[in-house]
Amino acid sequence: MEAFLGHYNYWIVVALMMAGLCTVATSGNLVKKVIGLNLFQTSVFLFFISVGKMAGGTAPIVAEGWTRYSNPLPHVLILTAIVVGVATTALGLALIVRINRAYSTIEDEEIRRADLHRLP
Amino acid sequence: MITAHLPALQVVVPLVAAPVCVLLRRSRGAWMVAMAVSLFAVAGAWSLLAGVLSRGPTSYLLGSWAAPWGIEYRVDETNAWVILVVSVISAAALLFARRSVEREVETDRIHLFYTAWLLCLAGLLGMAVTADAFNVFVFLEISSLSSYVLVSLGARRQALAAAFRYLVLGTVGATFFLIGVGLLYQVTGTLNMADLAARLSELGPHRTVTTAFGFLAVGIAVKSAVYPLHTWLPNAYAFAPSAVSVFLAGTATKVSLYLLLRFLFTVFGLEFVAGGPVPLLLALTGIAGLVAASVAAVRQEDAKRLLGFSSVAQIGYLVLGVSLLTTAGVAAALIHLFNHALMKAALFVCLGAIAYRVGSVRIADLAGIGRRMPWTASALVVGGLSLIGVPLTAGFVGKWYLVAAALESGWWPAAAAMLLASLIAVAYVWKLVESAYFRAPSPAAASVREAPVSMVAAAWGLAGANLWFGIDASLPIDVANRAAAALLGG
Amino acid sequence: METPALIFCVALPLAGAALVVALGRWPNLREAASLGAAGWLFLEVLALLPAVEAGERPAAVLTAVIPEIPIAFEVEPLGMMFALVASFLWIVTTIYSIGYMRGHGESNQTRFYACFAIAIASAIGVAFAANLLTLFVFYEVLTLSTYPLVTHSGTDEARRAGRVYLGILLGTSIAFQLFAILWVWVLTGETGFRDGGILAGHAGPAATGALLLLFVFGIGKAAVMPFHRWLSAAMVAPTPVSALLHAVAVVKAGVFAVLKVVVYVFGPGHLATATGAGWLLAIAALTVIAGSLVAMRRDNLKARLAYSTVSQLSYIVMGALLASAWGIVGAGLHIVMHAFAKITLFFCAGAVLVAHHRTEVSELDGIGRAMPITMGAFLVASLSIVGLPLLGGMWSKWYLALGAIEAERYAVLAVLMLSSLLSVAYLLPIPVRAFAKRSPKAGSGVEEAPWPCVLAIVITAAGCLALFWYADRWLRLMEQLVRT
Repeated sequence: MEAFLGHYNYWIVVALMMAGLCTVATSGNLVKKVIGLNLFQTSVFLFFISVGKMAGGTAPIVAEGWTRYSNPLPHVLILTAIVVGVATTALGLALIVRINRAYSTIEDEEIRRADLHRLP
Repeated sequence: MITAHLPALQVVVPLVAAPVCVLLRRSRGAWMVAMAVSLFAVAGAWSLLAGVLSRGPTSYLLGSWAAPWGIEYRVDETNAWVILVVSVISAAALLFARRSVEREVETDRIHLFYTAWLLCLAGLLGMAVTADAFNVFVFLEISSLSSYVLVSLGARRQALAAAFRYLVLGTVGATFFLIGVGLLYQVTGTLNMADLAARLSELGPHRTVTTAFGFLAVGIAVKSAVYPLHTWLPNAYAFAPSAVSVFLAGTATKVSLYLLLRFLFTVFGLEFVAGGPVPLLLALTGIAGLVAASVAAVRQEDAKRLLGFSSVAQIGYLVLGVSLLTTAGVAAALIHLFNHALMKAALFVCLGAIAYRVGSVRIADLAGIGRRMPWTASALVVGGLSLIGVPLTAGFVGKWYLVAAALESGWWPAAAAMLLASLIAVAYVWKLVESAYFRAPSPAAASVREAPVSMVAAAWGLAGANLWFGIDASLPIDVANRAAAALLGG
Repeated sequence: METPALIFCVALPLAGAALVVALGRWPNLREAASLGAAGWLFLEVLALLPAVEAGERPAAVLTAVIPEIPIAFEVEPLGMMFALVASFLWIVTTIYSIGYMRGHGESNQTRFYACFAIAIASAIGVAFAANLLTLFVFYEVLTLSTYPLVTHSGTDEARRAGRVYLGILLGTSIAFQLFAILWVWVLTGETGFRDGGILAGHAGPAATGALLLLFVFGIGKAAVMPFHRWLSAAMVAPTPVSALLHAVAVVKAGVFAVLKVVVYVFGPGHLATATGAGWLLAIAALTVIAGSLVAMRRDNLKARLAYSTVSQLSYIVMGALLASAWGIVGAGLHIVMHAFAKITLFFCAGAVLVAHHRTEVSELDGIGRAMPITMGAFLVASLSIVGLPLLGGMWSKWYLALGAIEAERYAVLAVLMLSSLLSVAYLLPIPVRAFAKRSPKAGSGVEEAPWPCVLAIVITAAGCLALFWYADRWLRLMEQLVRT
């Protein structure tokens, strides 16, 4: 029980990750796929951030009365990763807009069927 | 002076040139910038490779921050080789791209096209040159995002769907990679590859390390289209603009495979890898990819899609070579990596030239172009022969070493699978050649002329390289052997 | 002995091909170039003969593709003989082609002569190959350069045949031959041809047997059943192609390669240790008999000759597999003897087609009156194939039989005898029909094919006779193979 609760951050990460991946894989709606992707990426961000956190530590700025500091590096890394995530989401959504214009649908299955009728 | 900064310049120059293209807003100007940058990258890569071959690996500290903390760029035989491949293919593809892109991409977007191209180039070169695991992720995403954009600019609407699927799978793969890096950092507290390697070997067997390895391997496998994680590739190559197919086919999967080598041998080390089920898994996916993708290629009616499946099969060869975990196997994979970039780029250039004139690359529409476009079609034949692995073409040398390495390790089924796949390659290459030379021209092809000079030059430049390295392969063999020895030895 | 002339020998027909393409617009000049290249090549090859007879081995290195295994040439007796035969018959075939192609009004003649020259260049390359890789390279070039010749007519039937041709030849060579070459390389670290073989001490009986299997089937040009279909498919090609390539250059390149591999890679002594060699011998024997039986049932003249070739090729494979000295000598001689006889037969078939537009055996009644020279030559060549004395074909059968006795394979002896009888049954009815029966369409008077065709036929038929009297020089050359 101790091991279970002591690692609660991991359990949250894993739950989010699975939810995200599941959405990506099973959802036919392209926007929902992007949302799933977002969820999946966010879970990884959380993972990085929680790894860097020291119990009882503070931000890594030298301050009176503090001896424990969180590791800043994962947080910095995740800033970059968040930017990447935003870019991915933006691009994904932009593509969906174009797809909607070209196919008049954003359902994966319908797109597939529309192309089947006139394969290259 | 400038040579000392070359490792960084390889990445910085294309990265800085990309916004320049946006500001230029001229299609011709953007092309010239991209071409100049690519040629600079070729020159830089050549000088880096020459430096490594004569003086050994060099290390470059970004912003002069000391290694485990700052980001280190490290150039050894392996990545100097990959950098050279990437920049050469980029330059060759650009030579072809000018006319092709003018036809296939809307005029007011062409400068943005080259912006994405430069970003992609920067990302690919960055992935190869950096020695920092997280930095790899950043460059991986830079190149991936820009390649999604490049693919989506294809003329047909299927390009959009293909780009979206590529984006979803690519992002999942990249995020897996990120998880792996995070886990490694959690265990070791470092991101520098050399540092990682040292601490991992101190650490010994560790469950988190194994998990990290799993995530990294799957992430890289998605990006390098290792069967059965290849599903994004055939459509992405088929529907992307012709020039993008040339560029990506020659570079993207190759750099990802380089990452596989780097993580397998430099970071985790031979001992760790050989102990687990990794070699067997790699070999099985390699063989499955070889055979299944080759068979799928035979059944295609669209020539670009056919080549896409053939690429998946060729990646099977590379993975199989790596899975042997011997110097001979890795060297063979590195030779074939180079050769495959040459042959696939040549073939896609030819198909692009045909698309430019005929307007289609359906195999049925290729009929009769042997007479109408003799130069393009003959380059197509040379590329095809190289793909099969006919002697005196580059493809033969790579396959020779791959099969020999498999036999040396006593992996009979692997050797047999490679030869079987070569046989199937005969069938699918023959489909192209027969249509081009031994069928009456289709109505679409009856009145076409030879492709523009720049396209023919690119096609024959690459086809000529296929012949050259089939007759004198001493350079790739020498570099690959040294690179493999360095990877597995250190 | 370093001899750059060897590279020249391979380059000469290639230069000829280029010249043919350049002169494509002027048929007379084009054919003069072809003929000139052929004659020059023969003289070049002939110039090498004294040195080889004296026991020397002229050699030259072209380029090193893979550092350890260069593309290199070395002339040994077997290759000398094959090169002489191929280059001499190229002259004769060029003469014949001039008559045939014009008489038959074929299209794309420039492509025809150019591909022909490339095929000869690769045959010379095969003959002079100093290692397995070089052999393989030129073997593949030979396949690819003859493909346009097979599909020359461009009809659907020709394309289908071309697909079978390419599929079997490329398929077997990549799947089996290349595999075997790589295996030899991995086992021994070299691929060069050496007296006495290179495998001894590196491969056990099972590995040797497996390698033998891979080589015999991997060299699909030797047409050992079940990989013989390409040869009958290739018969859609114009007759000069069938004559030179599918009676001499291509098929002989196949059996030559088998023989060369047996002598210089396995070594006859080591070959005897191989497991399963007996089975392969049985398959070759079966091919001899089955080829003859199929030939008997074919009414199309060229198809009958093609199956006769399938059968005769396996004589040579049998001779190689006997692993006895006389067997190898006989196999070597049979390359020459069969080449002259079979090319004559094909020339005759083509002449009949050009002059009288007949392709079936059953249409040949009484044709001997109209074409006495052609059918006379046909008779001579048939008797040579059967192996009667006073004709070259006798010697090779004689030594093959000796080889079978030496190896104590009496079943092989029986097969040789039986197949001689069968060849009587499928070949001799043709001249008999031609001379003895009366033509239903009584065309009186002599009407031969164009004179270049007749000239070529007379030369090769005379060759069959001459080879009986001048066989000793060949014999001494072949004996060099087994002296050690």
